[in-house]
Formats: sequence, C-alpha cells, structure tokens
Amino acid sequence: MNFEATIWLFGTVLLIFIIGLTASRTKITNNSFMEDYYLGGRSLGGFVLAMTMTATYGSASSFIGGPGVAYNQGLGWVLLAVSQVATGYFTLMVLGKKFAIVTKKNKAITMVDFLKERYQSKWVVLLSSFSIVVFLFSAMAAQWIGGGRLIESLTGLSYRSALFIFVITVLIYVTVGGFRAVTLTDSIQGSIMFVGTLILLIAIIISGGGVSNIITELQAENPNLITPFGAEGTLTPSYVSSFWVLVGVGVVALPQIAVRAMSYKSSKSFHRALIIGTIVVGVIMLCMHLIGVFSRVIIPGVEVGDRVMPLVALEVLPPWLAGVVLAAPLAAIMSTVDSLLLLVSSTIVKDIYINYINPDATRKKIQLISMGITGLLGVIVFLMAVNPPDLIIWLNLFAIGGLESAFLWSIVMGLYWKKGNKYGAIASMIVGISSYILFQSFYPQPLGMHAVVTSIILSLIAYVTFSLWKKDPALRSEGSLRV
Amino acid sequence: MNKENNNYRDDRFAIANKEALIGIGLVLFNFIWWISFAYGLGGNDVSTYTYILGLPAWFFYSCVLSVIMMPLLVWIAVKLFFVDVALDDEEFEEE
Repeated sequence: MNFEATIWLFGTVLLIFIIGLTASRTKITNNSFMEDYYLGGRSLGGFVLAMTMTATYGSASSFIGGPGVAYNQGLGWVLLAVSQVATGYFTLMVLGKKFAIVTKKNKAITMVDFLKERYQSKWVVLLSSFSIVVFLFSAMAAQWIGGGRLIESLTGLSYRSALFIFVITVLIYVTVGGFRAVTLTDSIQGSIMFVGTLILLIAIIISGGGVSNIITELQAENPNLITPFGAEGTLTPSYVSSFWVLVGVGVVALPQIAVRAMSYKSSKSFHRALIIGTIVVGVIMLCMHLIGVFSRVIIPGVEVGDRVMPLVALEVLPPWLAGVVLAAPLAAIMSTVDSLLLLVSSTIVKDIYINYINPDATRKKIQLISMGITGLLGVIVFLMAVNPPDLIIWLNLFAIGGLESAFLWSIVMGLYWKKGNKYGAIASMIVGISSYILFQSFYPQPLGMHAVVTSIILSLIAYVTFSLWKKDPALRSEGSLRV
Repeated sequence: MNKENNNYRDDRFAIANKEALIGIGLVLFNFIWWISFAYGLGGNDVSTYTYILGLPAWFFYSCVLSVIMMPLLVWIAVKLFFVDVALDDEEFEEE
C-alpha cells in the first residue's frame, strides 16, 4: 500500500465533494423540488455542461477498462477509442436546441417525460422505464466494481472493504446533493481528468525515453501493436467502425446523456459546451488510451488490464501527484455512478410512482421517497457488486448497446419526424431490445460488427413500418404531441 | 389546438433542424477522415510505415490530427452557422 498516494487520493476526492455540496447549497431557485433535484433547475452554463457530459460518459470503462485493453491490443484500440470524439459534438448537436426547447415547454424532467409527452402512451412509458432500470443497473454495477478495484489496487485494502468505502461516499453525496451537486463536482472532476491525463501521458513519454523510442520497442515486441489491427490482428475494420455507432453517434440515446442535453441555461452555454466538450472528450480519450499502450513499455507483464492505470501512475509520478491524478478516474467513476443512480431513482419516482401510483403526492413526500429510493438502489447495487464478474468493460458496453437499441429512434425520430407515433415507438423498443439480447447471446458479431448496429437498423425498420402502417388518431391534427 | 400548430411552425425549430444536419455532416466527415487514414496508410506492411513525431503516420493523421481538427471545425461551424435563440417561451405559455 502506498500511504502517501492514498492520502492524496482521498483528500482530493473529499475536497471535490465539499466544494460541490457547498456550492449546491448556496444556490436556491424557485423551481420545483423535482426540477432542482433532478435537473439542477435547468441552469447549467457551457463549461459545466461540457464537463458533466464528459464526466458522465467517461466512466470506469474508459478510465480503467479502456487503457487496460489498449495495453494488450496496442494502437488499434486507441483508434477504436477516438471514435468517441464524436460524442463531444454530435450528441449535443443532434438533440440540440429542439430538445431543450421542447422539454422545457413540456416541463419534461427525464427522458421518459419527453417520450411520454411525445407519444402519449402508457406503454411507451412503462417499456422505457423498464429498459432504463434493467440496463442502467448493469451499467451501474460495472461502475461500482471499477471504483472498488481502483481503491483496492491503490490502498491494498480487500475488494469488499474498498467497495464499501466507495459506496458509502457515493450514497451520502447523491442522497444529500442531487443533480446540481453532481454536475458541479463533475466540472471539477472533468478538469482534473483533463489535466491529470496530460500530466500522466507526458510523464510516461519521458520515462519511456521519448515517443520514437517507445514505438520502436513496441514494434520490436510485436509489430501488430503499432498497426490498426490489434495485437492478434483480430480488430477488423468493420468491427472497429461499428464502435462509431456504439460509443459515437448512438450515445445520443443514453438517458444519462439526454437528460443533460435538456438542462442548459441558454444558447450561449450550448455553443460553448459544443466546443469545450469536443476538445475535452477528444484529448481525454486519445491520451488515456495512449497511456495504456505506452505503459506496455514502462511496466511490462501486467496481467490484470484494469490495474494498468493505477500501477503506471505510481511508477512514473511522485506519490502525491499519482494520488491526485488517480483521483480523476475515481472521480469519473463516482460521477457516473451518481448520475446513473439519480436517473434510475427519477425513473422510479417520477415516471412510475407519480405518473401511475400517486399523482397527488406532496412535495415533502416526493422528497422523502426520492431520497429513500436513491439510498435503497445504492444498497441493491452494492449487493450485486460484492461478487463481481471479471470484465467490467464488456458489462458496461452491453448496457450502453441495450439502451441505444431501445431508445435511439424513439428519441431522434420523435424529435424530427412528425409522422412517428406510439406504435412505431413501442415496436422499435421491443424489436431493438429483443434483437439486441438475442444477438448478444447467440451471434455476438453479425456481419463482423458489434451487435448494436444490426439491432439499431432493425429497430429503425420497425419504427418506420409501424408508424406508417398504424395511424395514431391523436396524430392526425398534429395535436396532442406538443413537439 | 391552435397552440400546437403554432409550435410546429416555430422558427427556432428550422434553426435547430439545420444545426442537427450540420452535426451529421461533421460526423460523416470525421468518420471518413478517420477510416481513410487508418486503413489507407495503416493497412500497408509495418516495414513501410513512415513516422510523424515518432508515431506511425496513419495513427498521427487518423487519431491525433482528427482530435485537433474536430474542435476547430466545430468552432468554425458554431461561429458561422449556429444562431442564438431563446430557449424559454413565455410568449407561448401566456396564450
């Protein structure tokens, strides 16, 4: 155990949280508790918006799992990872001002709210709430495990104690702070990630004797490491390209991202977020994965990919700096978990409880239930994460793909195609989710691509066919849907 | 009813639609750039690779340069084509 690094790690994380909580306390708006707790009162500025998108999206899989895979696969995996630069601008541009205007107009607070207003269908609401709870649970478990692993490899505590420390911190924070506290800490975390990644990459290049030297050594070990095809030559162009859908353009459909695209203050903040977000996501993804590849020269022979990041940081940086830099991935994981937790709880409280069980609940009661559910969910995920599966990155990618298959067309077409209706939405969700699960189980790489691509195509066909085939009477007058 | 029809003709939506198309255009350009350099240059035999700043040329163009270039393109797109609109619509609410 590295005592100095540990102290700095927890000190940094603690500091971030104190700032977040203090700041969220001083800003009281006149909005409803729901808008405040779940959306931060729709008041995010450009910098905060860009950072919260980055921190939410850049999660355990990109900070712990990603560099680990890059360590084994070489530059081919970095090539795959930079497809994520598209999420920096594409998500916000496509949902864009239209999404913000429409959701504001309809007072929508969650993605399900938007779908409910757009399609006016109980089944759309129930199906989407169900998909969110199921898939986000696996995404959350993946993050929980990543957090536990990181603390474990840095402090030398047992996995369970590490996980326990992690979970308690997250729960206290989310339950008390809500969305605004989360987005505020996201911007600090995002900044640390950005700077920390650069520092670590530079330290590694220096310690490896320069880029040319590192590349030469990699080539000497296995020439495939510096090709786009992966260490074994298994990364085919079609497989790698399909990640443009999975972690690039498809990210539009992730509820935790979509909810942020409705929470900004003005066009100006939106424009700033586009530029800042593209820079930050691009630099972090490129550098973070390059770190993984270059680490192969610095610390050869690491067997568990997930431990590469913490180990190399301890190797090339002074302990205090390693602690601060590693606070970045830990913070990323925490903020992802925070947002997912809030999202699942808002789905249960707002989309199911208030819609269908008790529409007249008082503010006080909603507040109690929101915090109670958030806490309860945390405990359940903790129990799931106590006995973790080995590969968190695949668990996370599975969840992302599932959400994209379920939601992509209902959101995008719902926003831009007037004729899209509830039959189309229901059909696309059912086809998307079931085909995705079937492909994942029996034929994981149809046509050499990630299963998400085929499922998205099938769900588009379902959406268009059913929308055109079964007319929704409510749609004829362009009425009811206030889009 | 009138209100809903109004909303469809909202001018801001024409702007938003255009901006979404710009997003699609940028991502297509980004993808083509990325894939042509990656597999065009990187598909050759390793012994024929050239290097820029120590990195294989395919990697430099496809990954490093695109990460530098995309923010610039986004910046240009935002400055030239993106329009400031009000996100609030009190005027609609009061009808």
